Amino acid sequence: MERGKKIGSTGVGGGALVSGSGKRAFGTVLAALILCLIGIMAFSIRLFSVIKYESVIHEFDPYFNYRVTKYLTKAGIYEFWNWFDDRTWYPLGRVIGGTVYPGLTITAGTMWWILNAFNIPLSVETVCVFTAPIFSSFAAWATYLLTSEVKGRGAGLTAAALLAMVPSYISRSVAGSYDNEAVAIFALIFTFYLYVKTLNTGSLFYATLNALAYFYMVCSWGGYTFIINLIPMHVLLCIVTGRYSSRLYIAYAPLVILGTLLAALVPVVGFNAVMTSEHFASFLVFVIIHVAALAHYIKRVLSPKQYSTAVSFVITFGMYEPAALIAILAAMVAASPTKGWSGRSLSLLDPTYASKYIPIIASVSEHQPPTWPSYFMDINVLAFLVPAGIIACFLPLSDSSSFVVLYLVTSVYFSGVMVRLMLVLAPAACVLSGIALSEAFAVLTRSIKYQDLSEASLLAAVDSTATLNSTNENEASVKEVKDKAPKRGKKKTVEKEVEKKRKRLLGLPMEASAVGILLLIIMGSFYVVHCVWAAAEAYSAPSIVLTSQTPDGGLHVFDDFREAYAWLNHNTGEDDKVASWWDYGYQTTAMANRTVIVDNNTWNNTHIATVGTAMSSPERQAWEIFQSLDVKYVFVIFGGLVGYPSDDINKFLWMVRIGGGVFPHIREPDYLRDGHYRIDSQATPTMLNCLMYKLSYYRFAEADGKGYDRVRRTEIGKKYFKLNYFEEVFTTQHWMVRIYKLKPPRNLVSAVKSKKRFL
Amino acid sequence: MRLRICCPAILSFSSKTQIFALGLPRTLAMDDARALVTSLRSAYTATPTKLKLIDLYVAYAVITAIVQTLFMAVVGSFPFNAFLSGVLSCVGTAVLAVCLRMQVNKANKEFKDLPPERAFADFVLCNLVLHLVIMNFLG
Repeated sequence: MERGKKIGSTGVGGGALVSGSGKRAFGTVLAALILCLIGIMAFSIRLFSVIKYESVIHEFDPYFNYRVTKYLTKAGIYEFWNWFDDRTWYPLGRVIGGTVYPGLTITAGTMWWILNAFNIPLSVETVCVFTAPIFSSFAAWATYLLTSEVKGRGAGLTAAALLAMVPSYISRSVAGSYDNEAVAIFALIFTFYLYVKTLNTGSLFYATLNALAYFYMVCSWGGYTFIINLIPMHVLLCIVTGRYSSRLYIAYAPLVILGTLLAALVPVVGFNAVMTSEHFASFLVFVIIHVAALAHYIKRVLSPKQYSTAVSFVITFGMYEPAALIAILAAMVAASPTKGWSGRSLSLLDPTYASKYIPIIASVSEHQPPTWPSYFMDINVLAFLVPAGIIACFLPLSDSSSFVVLYLVTSVYFSGVMVRLMLVLAPAACVLSGIALSEAFAVLTRSIKYQDLSEASLLAAVDSTATLNSTNENEASVKEVKDKAPKRGKKKTVEKEVEKKRKRLLGLPMEASAVGILLLIIMGSFYVVHCVWAAAEAYSAPSIVLTSQTPDGGLHVFDDFREAYAWLNHNTGEDDKVASWWDYGYQTTAMANRTVIVDNNTWNNTHIATVGTAMSSPERQAWEIFQSLDVKYVFVIFGGLVGYPSDDINKFLWMVRIGGGVFPHIREPDYLRDGHYRIDSQATPTMLNCLMYKLSYYRFAEADGKGYDRVRRTEIGKKYFKLNYFEEVFTTQHWMVRIYKLKPPRNLVSAVKSKKRFL
Repeated sequence: MRLRICCPAILSFSSKTQIFALGLPRTLAMDDARALVTSLRSAYTATPTKLKLIDLYVAYAVITAIVQTLFMAVVGSFPFNAFLSGVLSCVGTAVLAVCLRMQVNKANKEFKDLPPERAFADFVLCNLVLHLVIMNFLG
C-alpha cells in the first residue's frame, strides 16, 4: 500500500492513471478473465472427436471404466466395493473392488449423481465422455496455481495457456478418452501445487490439503508412486544443498504419515504402501529429515566450537546402530528376487527389463520408448523453451524452483523409457516454458517501456516494476536504491545508482526488443497451430470407428467393431463365453455384454498364454483348449480386405511369444521363415495350419478371387481350405471382425474314426 | 555384496578413530562430553514452558509407538492394519506436535508473523483429519 501511494503522488512515468491498489485489482480481474478463457479453450480443443465422429467412448481401457461406472451408478457404492466380476477371466473371475483405481469412476459417478439430483438427465455415457475435458480445464488452472507459486502470476498464466493445448495431454484426455489419466494429471499438478505452497508458506493447513490431494492421486492412478518418490528426492536435495528449514519439515513430515495412511486406505494399494520398495524412499528421507532437524536444533542452541565437538562425538560413537540397521534393511531388500519392486516399476527403472522378463508389458505399444520426432509432436515448441526455463529457475534459485527443475529432469528420464509417460513430462515442460516465456516477455517489454524516461520517473518505474513483479531480485535492488539515496544524500551517487539500474533493467535497444516480441508471438502462433492440428487430426480418433476418404471426396465409415459386438449381444446366449485376444476383452464385456476369457487387465499371464497357444495351435488342438474353457464363440480381427493394420495377424507374434513363454511346445522358429512371419506361399506349414491363419483367411480367396492381403501386401499361401471344428457364424461388412462358433463334440464315434483318434 | 565389503571398512575406520581417541588423554574426551551435555541441558532448561509441554507430549507419543511395536513383536502382526493405524497415529501426532512447536517457537524467525492461535487451529484440523483416517483404517 505504501508503494502504491508513492506512485500516485509522483505521477508515474508509464502513463498509468490508477493508483497501485487499483492496478492490482485490475490485474486480478484480468487474470481471472484470462483463466476463464483458458478453461474454455482447454475444454473446447478436446471436442474434435465428438464433432468429427460422435460422442462415443474411445479405445479399449475406457470401456472398462465405463462399465464399472455404469455398475456404480446402478448398484451403489457398497456393491461397487464388494463387486466380484464373473463375466471376465472365465473361469477365474476378477475382484473389481480390490484391483481397480476408484478415483476416476467415483468422480464421474459423483458428477452424474449431482446432475441427476438437479434433474438434468444426462446419461452415464455422456458424463463419462466429457469428464476428461472438464478435468483438463481444472488441470490448466492447477498449472496456473503451481507456476504462480514458483515465479509469479504472469508465468502462471502462460503455463496454464500452454498446458491447455499441449498435444501430449490432449492425446490422453480428448472427449471420449475416459481413462485414469484424465483425472490423474489434474490430481498430480494440484498435489504439487499444494506441496510448493506449503513449502513457501509453512502452513500446516496446506500440508493437510496436500495429503488429501495426494490421497485423490492415489485413488486415481498407479503413477502416484512418482509423487511419493519425487517429493522425498526433492527434500533430500534441499537438505544436502543446505536449504533445510522448518517449512521443509512441515511440508514433508505430515505428508509422509498422512499420505501413507491414506494410500493404505485404497484397497488396490493396501499394505503395499508400507511393504514395497516404491515407498521406501519416503521412509528413508523421513528418518533423514528428522536427523537433519535434530542437527539443526542442536546447532542453534550450542556455540560453534561445541557443535563441532558434538559432531565428532556422534561420528566416532554413534555410527554403529544406523550402519547395522542399514545393513539389515539392505539384506532384506536384496533377499527378494525383484528387490521389492513391482514388475511395472522395474520396467521403468531398467528399460530393458520388460523385454527380457515380462513380454506382456513389452508388447503394449504405448510402453515402447519414444522416437525423437515424438517429442516434437507431443510438446512441440516447449522442447526448446524448457532449457531456457531451467536457466530462469536458477535466477534466483528457491525451494520451489528447484522442485520444478527436479520434476522436469526425472520426468524427462521416464518419458524416454515409455511413450506413455510423455504425459507426465507435459506439465513440467509447460511450467518451465511458461516461466521462460514470461521472463522473456518481461525483459523485452520492460526494455521498450522504459526506453526514454527521466530519472525521477525511472525511480518510480523501478518501484512499479517491483510491485508488479514479485521476484526477490528486483525487490532487493529497489531496497538498495531507496536505502542508499537517503543515507548518502548526495545527488551524484544517486545518479550513478540510477544509471546502473537503467543498464540492468533495460539491457536491450528498442528495435531488438520489438523484433524479439514479434518473434515470440510468431513462435506462439506456430505452437497453437500445431496443437490444434494435432488435436483435430492425430489424437481424436476413437479407434472403435474408423473413417476414410472416398475418391469422390465423401467419408466412408467403418463401424465393424460395434456391428460385431451388437451381433454378439443379439444373437448369442446370455451365458455364452466368447474368446478373443486380450485387446478386445474390455470392449466385449462392455458392449456385447458377454463373458470373456481374457481382457486388457492382463493380470494372469498363464491364462493369456493359454489363449495365445490356442490361436497358435492347429485346429484340433485349439478346439480342445477352447472346449476345456467352455468357450462357445471365438472371434478374430482381420484387416486384410480393407488394409487395417492393427489386426490379429500383425499381433500374432505376441501370441506365439507369450504362449511359448508358458507352453514350451509352441516354438517361435516354427512360425518363422528367414526370421520373418510370413503368410504367403513361403510360410511355414505350422503357420499355415494354425488357428489364427485359418480363422482369418477362411473363404478369403472368394472375396476378391486372388486372396490378396492388403496389409501384408501379398497373396495368401493356403487359399482354399475347410474348417472341421469351427463354423463361421458372422463376418462384418468389411471383414474386419470374423466370428466363429465351436462345433459341438461328436455324438457317435464310428469305428474307423476312433482308430484314427487313438493313434 | 558391495555393502558387505564397505561395512568392514567403515567399522575399521571408526574403530581406528576410537582407538585414537582413547589413545589421547581420556579425561579430555570425557570433559568435552560433560561440557557438551551441560550446555545442552542448560540451553534446554532455558526454553519456555509451553514448548517443554509440547516436547513432553511428543516424547509420550513416541514412547507409545515404541511400546506398540514391542507388543507387535511379541504377539504377532495380525491384524496388520490395526498395528499400522496404531503406530502411525502415534508417530503422526508426534510429527504434528513438532510442527506446532516449530510454528509457536518465538526463536524461529520464519514464523514471527504467524499468530499462535492460527498455528494451533491448523494443528487441531490436521489432527482431526489424521484421526478420522485412523478410525477408518482401524477396522
